[in-house]
Amino acid sequence: AASSRSRSEAKSGRTDLIFLIRFRHCCLLRNQRCVVAYLYDRLLRIRALRWEYGSVLPSAIHFHMSAEEVEWFNRYKKSLATYMRSVGGEEGLDLTQDIKPPKSLYIEVRCLKDYGEFEIDDGTTVLLKKNSQHFLPRWKCEQLIRQGVLEHVLS
Amino acid sequence: SFLQGSKLEIPLWLAKGLHDSKRRIISTELPKIYREAWRTVFSADANVVDLHKMGPYYYSFGSQLLNFDNPENPEIAQTILQTFISRFRRIMDSSQNAYNEDTSALVARLDELERALFRAGQKGLNDFQCWEKGQASQITASSLVQNYGKRKFTDMDG
Repeated sequence: AASSRSRSEAKSGRTDLIFLIRFRHCCLLRNQRCVVAYLYDRLLRIRALRWEYGSVLPSAIHFHMSAEEVEWFNRYKKSLATYMRSVGGEEGLDLTQDIKPPKSLYIEVRCLKDYGEFEIDDGTTVLLKKNSQHFLPRWKCEQLIRQGVLEHVLS
Repeated sequence: SFLQGSKLEIPLWLAKGLHDSKRRIISTELPKIYREAWRTVFSADANVVDLHKMGPYYYSFGSQLLNFDNPENPEIAQTILQTFISRFRRIMDSSQNAYNEDTSALVARLDELERALFRAGQKGLNDFQCWEKGQASQITASSLVQNYGKRKFTDMDG
């Protein structure tokens, strides 16, 4: 009788242990899933920055990125640059330009903040002062518009 | 420690992890909207049900419920599917026809999956209207920049 009681106690003790181990493991896996989901979401946003904003990140964003994220961004940039150089012949092809189908070579832009001197292809410079309006080549302004310095004005 | 036979409410992810058809560590009880009484309501007219109040993740949670070996699983699966089918048409139509309107009343009774579908429909409609107005070629600022001005990045201490 004594031995069968201790056997059933051992068995229920083991069942308790199984439950406990499983419970803890569940919680650990859940925490891991949450952390990974968060980090992955950040990575997707960082990747989008290269396309939406440009290859140089604003310092405030950079400040909030981990060293691994900065490294990831740099490697992604490099990867993208290598690919873009390999397509479109001699000069390569900047895929991050003309994301929206262009209608004209030159566009009207308004300055949203003071930016300073801006050089156009033929050597002339333009002073980008807040609220000033200019008629400029699309490919030169695209990045500044995306960065919120200029505003694309439709006629 | 837990006494055998005790009953408590735990999150789905925990129940899924503890569930084991062979070892029978836990047994699960169906939440009421997936039970027979409510299933009858859904099959009568799924369009009148406020799935946001009932859910708000009626479809995804219901699909996850099928992981537990409940004998009612085939009926539950069937109800979830039929509910989606009967509600979808109205959601699709309204998402394609409500332009520049206040859609909060429409959206209030949708579960999260339906809301995502509605938003996708609205985005398609808005993009098309934008194109029709000749605005599709307008270069816009990065959404990051737009949010930037509103949010102040505070320095972290330590």
